Amino acid sequence: MFEQVIPAFIVGGLICVAGQLLMDLTKPAFTPAHVLVTFVTGGAILGALGLYGPMVKFAGAGASVPLSGFGYLLSKGAMEAVDKRGLLGAFSGGVEAAAVGIAAAVLFGYLVSIAFTPKG
Amino acid sequence: MPGEKLRPPNVNITLEEYKNLSTSMTPKPTALRNSVRAFFVGGLICLIGQMMINLLVIAGLERTEASTATTAILIFSGALLTGLGVYDEIGKFAGAGSIIPVTGFANSIVAPALEFKREGYVLGVGARLFTVAGPVLVYGIMTSIVVGIIYYFLRF
Amino acid sequence: MIYKRQGNQTVVFENPPVILSSYSVVGPKEGKGPLGKTFSKVLPDSLNGNKSWEVAESKMLEAAMQGALEQSRLKSDEIDYMLAGDLLNQIISSNFAARTMGLPFIGLYGACSTMALGMAVGSMLIDGGFARNVLVGVSSHHDTAERQYRSPTEQGNQRAMSAQWTVTGAGSLVLAQSGTGPRVTAATIGRVLDFGEKNVNNMGGAMAPAVADTILNHMNDLKRTPADYDLIVSGDLGQVGLMLAKEVLKRSGVETANQFNDCGVMIYDSGQDVHAGGSGCACSAVVFAGDIMQKLNSKQYKRVLLAGSGALHSPTSSLQGESVPGIGHAIVIEA
Repeated sequence: MFEQVIPAFIVGGLICVAGQLLMDLTKPAFTPAHVLVTFVTGGAILGALGLYGPMVKFAGAGASVPLSGFGYLLSKGAMEAVDKRGLLGAFSGGVEAAAVGIAAAVLFGYLVSIAFTPKG
Repeated sequence: MPGEKLRPPNVNITLEEYKNLSTSMTPKPTALRNSVRAFFVGGLICLIGQMMINLLVIAGLERTEASTATTAILIFSGALLTGLGVYDEIGKFAGAGSIIPVTGFANSIVAPALEFKREGYVLGVGARLFTVAGPVLVYGIMTSIVVGIIYYFLRF
Repeated sequence: MIYKRQGNQTVVFENPPVILSSYSVVGPKEGKGPLGKTFSKVLPDSLNGNKSWEVAESKMLEAAMQGALEQSRLKSDEIDYMLAGDLLNQIISSNFAARTMGLPFIGLYGACSTMALGMAVGSMLIDGGFARNVLVGVSSHHDTAERQYRSPTEQGNQRAMSAQWTVTGAGSLVLAQSGTGPRVTAATIGRVLDFGEKNVNNMGGAMAPAVADTILNHMNDLKRTPADYDLIVSGDLGQVGLMLAKEVLKRSGVETANQFNDCGVMIYDSGQDVHAGGSGCACSAVVFAGDIMQKLNSKQYKRVLLAGSGALHSPTSSLQGESVPGIGHAIVIEA
């Protein structure tokens, strides 16, 4: 049950530190939303270059839980779909791979929003 | 900018001088302290994620299924903690440590939707769920499509 | 035609209007701050039983104005104008409050300097013979301001060290042609100055030059120095802005000492995690209506200069990469 937890902790922590430095050392116009977009795009590109896969193998959740892992999932899905279906796979692959994540976000997001009120 | 058409007396400082003065007097973000906190909280969330994956694999799920299920559980947890008004307190302390993991993604979906509930369920909650998630999906999906197209032409 | 102007930007009132009464309503955070006991009413929470924060803010403004009216012993039909403003789009809190009050309404926008602006305009209306009694009020609310200008309140963002906390509250006062109380003797309307600050998390830095410019011109117009005042207080420059304003004034030949303070610095203490201090229309309004009015009434202060400070940007302008213009309005109140 405890396999890979140390690598997950360390790699996950380091990826977050990279995000923190991006937030603190860039201009204030670079908001957290911009940081998230950078991470998802970065993960997708690193995944395409074959650099993110080995990190996931080594660190497990440490690489898949941060948003860059979501980007990795998107581009991995696109490439696998291209292998299976050709050019159309480039369009379907990313969205298909991320389907559960997107659906969960919509459903839980909506349910929690209607069940609670903001506290300020 | 100041000084060109303004009737005197004017403040005796140029634009450049003021920029330097302001930079020197504005407190900087405590990057080191923030990074240490981000490391621990971010690492902890990933650690919890890893243990969930391991438990699901022991329970019989295949590794990729376990990973997907864990993502869904983490999204639910982030959403719930946002609704309870706890996630913003965590965020104040942890910064990127709570924004970067997928729980932070859930927080960025629920927070605006919660806020705009008073403006109704279609244009309030419905539209606002994707204020921050929208750009993430737009750029993530677009990148994956470009990757796919390039991959196709490299392969074939 | 008699002009009551002195110098470039200042008006000196011939029959200085009297501040008959003042009233302040604040949220729980302000009630827990160092000035907690000076406020007329402290609300238990930021919603106060209303269906939204926007409604809560408008009702706070109404309560503050009703409170000031009651304490002045005047009747509603003796008030000639209601002057009000707030931070929200289309100054909606003031519009709805005006709907309830039913008085001839002049809406004002000066961002966080609206209280000083309202006092100036109200005094001009009275000393110009256009009004006998004027009701001035402003409001702001932390949560309505956050959702309009920055991010949703439950989002886990970290605030910058130079950021300020919008005061949840409303302050109001009644200005009159005759009566007893502290008097508004002069007013200096400021001009907009933009020194290129693009960081919306550093409002103090954006507003400091404009406030310094107004104080400089005020002193120059009236041939006075800071030593002529018991207190010079800016609206919400915050810790960063206050230091910047002091330095800019010093370089311009106006030496201020300990008598230059800031309502944003006064309203919270360091343990309340507000970073650079308080902000919002209500900041200067509630501190003036409470603490400063009390000290004027007890003659602890004989002459006060209130320099309201405003950041005149919009959420859209900052997204478009524009800098934040600032403004300052100065009012002299004498006991």
